[in-house]
Amino acid sequence: MSTAHTPLANMLLRMADDALILAHRHSEWTGLGPLLEADIAFSSIAQDTLGHALALYTILEQECGFAKPDTVAFTRTETAFTSCWFVELPNGEYDFSLMRQYLFSVAHYVRFASLRESSFEPLAQLARKVTGEVKYHLYHGTTWVQQLAISGNEESKARMQQALQTAWPFALGMFEPGTLDSQLVEQAVFVGEPVLQDEWTSIVQELCHNTGLTIPTESSPLYGGRKGYHSEHLAPLLLEMNEVFTIDPNAEW
Amino acid sequence: MATIVSLDPRVSRWKLADEPARTDEKPSLDQFQTFEVFHQQKSGAHHVHVGSIHAPNAEMALVLAKEQYGRRGPSMNMWVVDTRHVTTLRAEDSDIFETTPEKTYRDVGAYMVRNKVEAYKKEQANNAPETPEQSQ
Repeated sequence: MSTAHTPLANMLLRMADDALILAHRHSEWTGLGPLLEADIAFSSIAQDTLGHALALYTILEQECGFAKPDTVAFTRTETAFTSCWFVELPNGEYDFSLMRQYLFSVAHYVRFASLRESSFEPLAQLARKVTGEVKYHLYHGTTWVQQLAISGNEESKARMQQALQTAWPFALGMFEPGTLDSQLVEQAVFVGEPVLQDEWTSIVQELCHNTGLTIPTESSPLYGGRKGYHSEHLAPLLLEMNEVFTIDPNAEW
Repeated sequence: MATIVSLDPRVSRWKLADEPARTDEKPSLDQFQTFEVFHQQKSGAHHVHVGSIHAPNAEMALVLAKEQYGRRGPSMNMWVVDTRHVTTLRAEDSDIFETTPEKTYRDVGAYMVRNKVEAYKKEQANNAPETPEQSQ
């Protein structure tokens, strides 16, 4: 289904879907965080990320002829989602959730930073608008990972390393390119996934160097999400996320 | 890939029955230490004490304070200070601020500057030239 979209819609949709699904995962921590303050911070990040998804679905509606954001977000089936596998994985323990929050925030940060120069003005405007939020997400993730990998104890260090190990092939999947991306690169809409992945890698490498974490070497990216192939975790997530909307699609909030 | 189980009770219910009830005493300090948070609304404004926050160290306190105290309304900056670094009086010593009634000259209200200010304003108003509206 995703291949039927224009190159631009294709790119916007995978950004929006990533944000929507990860926001849902993050929000599952609400009320369950390890301490009140951490709970509030994580929930705020979930809200911010959901806001990014809404903004992107709104651009899809206004510029690409998509249906209303709610309709696109809550009525599609699993195969129509172009999110990567990384965002749909269950939260696991707090170590994995933090590591994912960190790795995603770096990707989000480099992506939006480069999109501030996009030739597609609605997206450039959005990128400029969310600069502060994305910076805080990165600050949150970086500080947590540094704390647990440097200032923590042996258990926290081992857990962060294990979380990195588990996350890595999925994290690389965030940069699965769209088949029509070259057109967008030519039109200066965005710089292309390989460039973003390089920037992402150098930031993550620096943090790992400073914290003593080791990046898995024998690890190939897990692709498929952009084409609508998903892990067994997405369908139950959608079922839960869409539950209220399905009961009454016209409900006023 | 390691098996990842959701901690969300709606997704995978806690196996409460498997866990024996805890009867051991709670340790006296099972929380992180606290930091005092000072919030600045805009550039140049005072940092105002808004509350405290649990965190293992100052860096984490700042990350968490940002959302705890800075997510509503305008914010420019924040300070966090280890609560143990705040030097204060004992509550029962608050009586040192009590002063005898005849020393009202120490109160702010005892200064007579206001009379002078009002006299000055009156003088300025009398000397001011008539505005165009008044002359028409």
